[in-house]
Amino acid sequence: MKLSGTLMILGSALLLGLFYFPLWNITLGAPQYPEPLGMDIYISGIQGEEEFDIQNIDGVNHYIGMKKIPKPEEMWEFNIFPVVIGGMAGLGILLGFLGLFKFISPNWFLGWFVLMMILGVLGMYDFNSWLIDYGTDLDPKAIIKLTDDAGNPISYKPPLFGTQQILNFTAHSYPRLGAWLMFAGMFLTLIAWWVGRRSHKTQNI
Amino acid sequence: MKKINSILSLLILSVLMIGCGGDDDRKKSGAMATNAAERVYVAPGEHDEFYGFFSGGFSGQMSVYGLPSGRLLKVIPVFSQDAEKGYGYNEGTKAMLNTSYGFIPWGDLHHVDISQTNGELDGRWVFTHENNTPRVARIDLNTFETGEILEIPNSAGNHSFAITENTEYLIAGTRFAIPSPQRDMSIEEMKGNFKGPLTFVKVDQETGGMELAFQVIMPGFNFDLAHPGRNASHGWMFATTYNSEEANTLLEVNASQNDKDFIVALNWKKIEEYINNGGGTMMDAEYAHNVYDHNSSTATSTMKKGVKTVDPKDIPGAVFFMPIPKSPHGCDVDPTGEYIVGSGKLAAELTVFSFSKMIKAIEDKNYDGDAYGIPILKYEDILGGIVKQPGLGPLHTEFDGKGNAYTTFFISSEVVKWSLTDYQVIDRKPTYYSVGHLMIPGGNSRKPFGKYLVAMNKITKDRYLPTGPEMNHSAQLYDITGDKMELLLDFPTIGEPHYAAGIPADLVKQNSKKIYRLDENTHEHSVRNESETRVERKGNEVHVYMTMVRSHFSPDNIEGIKVGDKVYFHVTNLEQDFDVPHGFAMIGANTAELLIMPGATKTMLWEPKRVGVYPLYCTDFCSALHQEMQGYVRVSAAGANTPLKWSLDGD
Repeated sequence: MKLSGTLMILGSALLLGLFYFPLWNITLGAPQYPEPLGMDIYISGIQGEEEFDIQNIDGVNHYIGMKKIPKPEEMWEFNIFPVVIGGMAGLGILLGFLGLFKFISPNWFLGWFVLMMILGVLGMYDFNSWLIDYGTDLDPKAIIKLTDDAGNPISYKPPLFGTQQILNFTAHSYPRLGAWLMFAGMFLTLIAWWVGRRSHKTQNI
Repeated sequence: MKKINSILSLLILSVLMIGCGGDDDRKKSGAMATNAAERVYVAPGEHDEFYGFFSGGFSGQMSVYGLPSGRLLKVIPVFSQDAEKGYGYNEGTKAMLNTSYGFIPWGDLHHVDISQTNGELDGRWVFTHENNTPRVARIDLNTFETGEILEIPNSAGNHSFAITENTEYLIAGTRFAIPSPQRDMSIEEMKGNFKGPLTFVKVDQETGGMELAFQVIMPGFNFDLAHPGRNASHGWMFATTYNSEEANTLLEVNASQNDKDFIVALNWKKIEEYINNGGGTMMDAEYAHNVYDHNSSTATSTMKKGVKTVDPKDIPGAVFFMPIPKSPHGCDVDPTGEYIVGSGKLAAELTVFSFSKMIKAIEDKNYDGDAYGIPILKYEDILGGIVKQPGLGPLHTEFDGKGNAYTTFFISSEVVKWSLTDYQVIDRKPTYYSVGHLMIPGGNSRKPFGKYLVAMNKITKDRYLPTGPEMNHSAQLYDITGDKMELLLDFPTIGEPHYAAGIPADLVKQNSKKIYRLDENTHEHSVRNESETRVERKGNEVHVYMTMVRSHFSPDNIEGIKVGDKVYFHVTNLEQDFDVPHGFAMIGANTAELLIMPGATKTMLWEPKRVGVYPLYCTDFCSALHQEMQGYVRVSAAGANTPLKWSLDGD
C-alpha cells in the first residue's frame, strides 16, 4: 500500500496546479490578427494571453453582439470551482494518507476517481453551456447579423475542444498545463487504485 | 601640366554633361536585373534586414526605409508641420516648432546620425539637425517620433553635425559665418569680424535629453561636415571649412581661390575640462528648447538664455587647422580612428590624414603659421596618403570595416571603392546621377555592417516615369560584399535626402512600441473610458472630452456651441491594440486632422464661424464601420442660449 498511497497523494496534489496554471485556452486568429488574440481560462477567472487581449476580443465581438468576457464576480463558477478543486485535492490527499497507513481499502481511491470524473464531466458540461450562451445569446441590435441556410441566427460558439472557423476568425480551444496536470493526477489516482488492489490481493493470499 | 589640362577639360565636360554618361554600365545593370531583383526581394510578410533613416532635406522630415527592399516604412515629421499626422498643427505638438524667432513651421533637415555606445550603433535614438534656423532634434526609436528640438543660438545654417562615440555630445557647426554676437554691421567688413561658432550639445545618457554645453567661437569660415574621432582619436572632432577666404559675395568664385582650406581638429575633451574648471564666458543668447512627452502627447517649449562660449586661443593645444586642398566637403574618420579622409570638392585627389602623425606634429610644435591665432599644421607632416585620380568632385566617404573606403564623386557621378592600406582604387561604379552622400549601415562607426551601400543622388532624370519637371531624388543600393560593387536597386526618396544612417533591424525593432498604455496617459485632458466623457464651458472656451474606439466617438452629438467659441476637442483613443490609430477631422477647422495612436490623447482647437450643424469624422480607416464613425456639433449664434448638452446613442 506504500506505493499506492503515495501515488494517490501525488495524484490528488497535482490538482493544486489548477490554482497556478490555466485550465483551458481559446485563441482567435485572423488575417488582421497575425498574433492571435487569446484567453486563458483559470478555475477562478479568465485572463488575456497578452495584457489587452480580453479588451480586444470584446472589441471585435461587439460587432456580432456578443457579451463581454465575464469578470470573476460575474460568474458563480469562478467562486465554486476553486472550492471544488481544493476540496477534491484535500480529500484525495487525505484518502492517500489513510491508504498509506492501511486504514482504508484502495477502492476508496477508485471512488474518489469516479467522483472526480463526474465533477469533471459536469464542469465540462457547464463550460460548454456557457460557450453556447456566449456564442448565441446576442444583442438584438448587433451590427452584423448572419443566418444559416435554414434562416436561423448562426452560432458564434467557440469549440469546446478543437479548432473551428468562426467567420474570419479561426478559433482554437485546447487544454493547458493546469488541465494536463489534472489529467495526469487523475490517471495517477487510477494507477494508485490498481496498484493498491493488486498488493491488497497479494496480502490477502 | 598636360594631365591637369585633361582633368580640367574632363571636369568641364562632366559639369556640362551631367546625366549623359555611363551608357555601357547601364546596360550591364539591366542584364543582371533578374539576379539583383532576387537579392533585394523581401517576400510579403517578411521584414527588411536594415532600417535606413533618410534625411528629407527641404521637406523638413525624416523618412524611414527598409533595406534592401527600398520600401518606405514611415515619414517622421521633425522640423516641418505635417498635416498627415497633425504634427505642428495640433495643440500638443505646436510647441515643437517654437524658436526664438517665433513659430517656424519649416526646416531644412540635413544629416542624420544614430546614437552610439563605445563607437557602435546602439539603436536608442536618431539625432538630426536643421540648416536654416539652426536646430538639432532627437527622434526616439521606441516611438519613431520626434522627442526633442533644441535651437542653436548665435549660429546660422547648422551644417556640420556629428555625434561623439558614446553619444556624449552632438556637434553643430555653423555653415555661415555671422557676427557674433549678432549686430548691425557692414557686410563688406565681414573679414575678421564674422565668426563661426561650433556648438556642443550635451546628451543625457538616460533620456537622450539635450542641453547646450558650450560654443567654440572659431574664425569666420564656413563649417561644413563634421565627424568625431573614434577609438584612438576619441575625444577629438574634425570638421571641414570652406571659404577660408572669408568672401561675402559670389562665393562660387571668391571662396574657391585658396589652394588649400582647412579641416579643423578640435580636442573637445580638453575644452570640456576647461569648461568644467570654470573657463569660458557667458554670451547673450536666446533659444528655444522644446521637449515632447510621449505619455502626455504634449510638447513644452522653454525659452532659455545665455550660452557659455570659448575662445580657442584661450585653450592652447585644443584646436588646430589641417590644410586640405580646395573647398572640402567630406571629412570622414575610418573605423579605427586613425585615418581622416578629406575630400576637396574641387580637388583632383583624395587626401587621407593620419591621426598619429597629427598628434606627433602637434607634439613637435612645428607649425605652418597660424590663422587667427590657431596653429596650422604642416600638410606634409600629417598626410597619411593620397588616392590619385580617384574621380571628379569627391564628396563623402564611408567604410565597410574590411579596410576599404567608398567615396562619392559628384561631378563624375560615381562611387569609388579604394583601399585604406595602399590608397589604390579597387572599383568604381556609376551612379544615376550626381551622387551626394552615401551610406553604409554603421559606416561612420567603429563597426560598419559592410553589406550594402546606398548612394543618394541629387538628380534623377530618366530613372523613373516622368512626373513633370520635378522628379523625386533617387537612391541606389549597391551590394558591397564582393570585390566589385553591384548595383541592385533604385528607389525614390523624399525631399533632398542629404544623408542617411542605417542600422540592423534587430537592434531596433524589438524596442518599438505597439501601443501607448492608456493607464500611463498623462495628458492633462485625457479620459480613461466613455463614462468620463463630457463637455465643459469656461467663458467662451469649450472643452470637449471625447473618446474614440472602433467604431464610434463618445459623445457623438454636441449642442450648445456658439459662434466665437474656442472649442478644444481633447480626444482619447481608447484602443489598446497594435496599429489601430483613429483620426479626427472637423469641418472648418483652421488646422490639420488629429491622428491619435492607441492609448493617446490629442487636442484640436476649432473656432466655429457660422451657425449650423457640422459633422466630425474619423480620418484613418479603422473598421468595417469606419465610415459610420462620425458625429455632429450644433453651432448656435453668438448670443444664443442653447443649453450645452452632449450624448451618445441618445443617452
